[in-house]
Amino acid sequence: MDWQDMFSLSVQEALGPSAVVYCLAAIGLNVHFGYTGLLNFGQAGFMAVGGYAIASTVTSFGLPFLLGVVFGLLATVVLALLLGVPTLRLRADYLAIVTIAAAEIIRLMLGSIALTDYFGGQSGLQDFSDTFRSWSPISGPVGILGLVSWRANDFWVMVVGWTLVLICCLIVFLLMRSPWGRVLKSIREDEDAVRSLGKNVYSYKMQSLIIGGMFGALAGFMTALESAAINPAFFATDITFFAYTVLLIGGAARVLGPVAGAIIFWFLISFLGVFFAQATEGAAPLIPPEIMTSQQASLIRFIVLGLALMLLMIFRPQGIFGDRRELAIDAR
Amino acid sequence: MHACLRRVAMLVAAVVITTIAVTGSASAAAPETSQGGERCVRPETTDDDTISILGLICDTQETPPSPVEGVQITVEDESGNEVGEATTNAQGGFEIPLPGTALDNLGKQFTLKLDEESFPEEVQLRNPNQVTRTVAINLSSDAFVAFPVGPAPGGGDNFFVEGLQLAVGGIVFSLLLALSALGLSMIFGTTGLTNFAHGELITFGALAAFALDRLPGTISIFGAEITVIVGVIAAFAVSGLFGWFQDKTLWAPLRRRGTGIIAMMIVSIGLSIFLRNVFQYFAGGSTFNYSQYASVTPWELGPILLTPKEVVIAGIALSVLVLVSLALAYTRTGKATRAVADNPALAASSGINVERVISVVWTGGAALAGLAGVLLGLSQGFDFQIGFKLLLLVFAAVVLGGLGTIWGSMVGAFIIGILIEVSTLVIPAELKYVGALVVLIAVLLVRPQGLLGKAQRVG
Repeated sequence: MDWQDMFSLSVQEALGPSAVVYCLAAIGLNVHFGYTGLLNFGQAGFMAVGGYAIASTVTSFGLPFLLGVVFGLLATVVLALLLGVPTLRLRADYLAIVTIAAAEIIRLMLGSIALTDYFGGQSGLQDFSDTFRSWSPISGPVGILGLVSWRANDFWVMVVGWTLVLICCLIVFLLMRSPWGRVLKSIREDEDAVRSLGKNVYSYKMQSLIIGGMFGALAGFMTALESAAINPAFFATDITFFAYTVLLIGGAARVLGPVAGAIIFWFLISFLGVFFAQATEGAAPLIPPEIMTSQQASLIRFIVLGLALMLLMIFRPQGIFGDRRELAIDAR
Repeated sequence: MHACLRRVAMLVAAVVITTIAVTGSASAAAPETSQGGERCVRPETTDDDTISILGLICDTQETPPSPVEGVQITVEDESGNEVGEATTNAQGGFEIPLPGTALDNLGKQFTLKLDEESFPEEVQLRNPNQVTRTVAINLSSDAFVAFPVGPAPGGGDNFFVEGLQLAVGGIVFSLLLALSALGLSMIFGTTGLTNFAHGELITFGALAAFALDRLPGTISIFGAEITVIVGVIAAFAVSGLFGWFQDKTLWAPLRRRGTGIIAMMIVSIGLSIFLRNVFQYFAGGSTFNYSQYASVTPWELGPILLTPKEVVIAGIALSVLVLVSLALAYTRTGKATRAVADNPALAASSGINVERVISVVWTGGAALAGLAGVLLGLSQGFDFQIGFKLLLLVFAAVVLGGLGTIWGSMVGAFIIGILIEVSTLVIPAELKYVGALVVLIAVLLVRPQGLLGKAQRVG
């Protein structure tokens, strides 16, 4: 057991690129679920559209990187419109089923053989992050000696990513204290009351879906740039569920909830991962292989994660910083 | 409600009659295939200490199927050493015993290589790249490999026959989908919970039967081995118990606390992640088959191939569905269930014990889902996320028929199941689920209450 190693690896993950991705995705979900009460279970779909827009623009069409960013944001707007038109008039659980189905359609299409020329099939796309990396002022590994260290590329992704998180949080903060944001919150509380005040609820919900979806697209960009590669497996259904866990840990309907949630989530996930990996490796492991092999050890964190999501929702649905009165979980 | 009931009853009756007709003609048509020349004969599996790799090289596009004789096959182990070879006999079969006992070979992989030179000139493999095949030995019985020969079925001219074949497969699949959908829809109808952990109930059934199958020894009755059949029944019962237990320990307390339906939905997501990883913890990530019925020779009904296994699976699923439908339509509990699904408050005020009904629904729904899981595992093998992969299709079926309606979920399952299979005529097979999910979204656009749902405000 190397406690210091475990701790520094966990801190590295908690502040690292993966945390950035989940934080951005959860900020989007916060706009949807936390503020508007929309149950979007297809955030992975928005992320996939964003990530693939960059990758495909650069690799398959040979166009500039920034054009890919523009395409990604435009494509998520289109996706939000496509999803919103049939479902925003329906009950919350219908929206959940449709968005999860849409995300799965997107994932299957992106991985299909028929579209290999554009999206690279199951093996995905590579070689699209050169432009992004060429902007990096960082040349060597960065970190605090003996505690944490990140590779140059990872750190550049982190710098850009956390800056984006900061900007997004500022946008959400300003939006939600504006009259527009108050309408969103009142839609969450009582849709019919808002309608009776003459507001077009449908239009507000659509705007919320588009804005949250664009935050999802940013998460998709960072996913692609983090690993400098992209494939459909990055955008499985579980990603959305993990992003919800991040949001619920920090507290929905709080501007900084997703940030706190992402850091805590990744710290715990990687701590459990490293702990059980160390406990099962070597000649005389702490946990005998009859009880747990090293392969099984990698599953413990997801078992705990599922359990944590259940317990969180049952006993503390407002998360760490949330306000219980500000939760749309009883809407029907 | 009554008119609707009658419509569904007629539909069910029509399906029953068709199935009986198909099974009837199956037994009549089966012996007719022995006419002239050598037939393809699958080598018999031997029940001894050694594992053999058995195989068949056969042109199934000819009627009757014509065997390919004299093809040389070699087997190599993981490090590339040749461990055996064989030549196909006049019936197209070959048998390669593996050195060592069954235990030595368990968990290993072997590579089969066909000698292309030894192929007769007029015969070609269906997939020319498939001259090597990897076989993983994960059961202590003989492994069977088939090399399809000749052009792929349906080269355009028998479009109709191919469609029919796919529709038959679709019907079998849709019966299993209906079993799963019924439980999901009943649970939604009575409790308002959109259960994202329903897929794990399906996997649970498949795993429960597999656990029984894995126990040492076999169960026989009058000399016939029935281990897997006992497994199917046990999976049904254990899954029901699992559902009852889940309701008692998790969902009933949550309902008493007055937890909102969206909170419960998120709890079910957590449960789904939890159970799926627990399943993988114990079962591992590989694909399993039950010890019996892993591969069977299909019957030929005219141009259509149908395995006896599929007929039995469809028969079991159909009879269970009919029984459940009858129970829902005529028994006191069934009527009470429909009353609660219709309006829980009204049902409670007219003296129905709603909690008891919900408990019955959870038990029954989980048992049906478990049965669907083990039957699905029998028909195509399974892994720890078989139910999770199926979940969205079950949702599609339920939403198409009308969320919370009992007959609707079955109708929806039939449409989705058949659509998925038949749609591969025009779209690539890898995208067949996309079609079903697009239908799901389209239905919500046009008729959000589903086919049999009541036209009420759902927004």
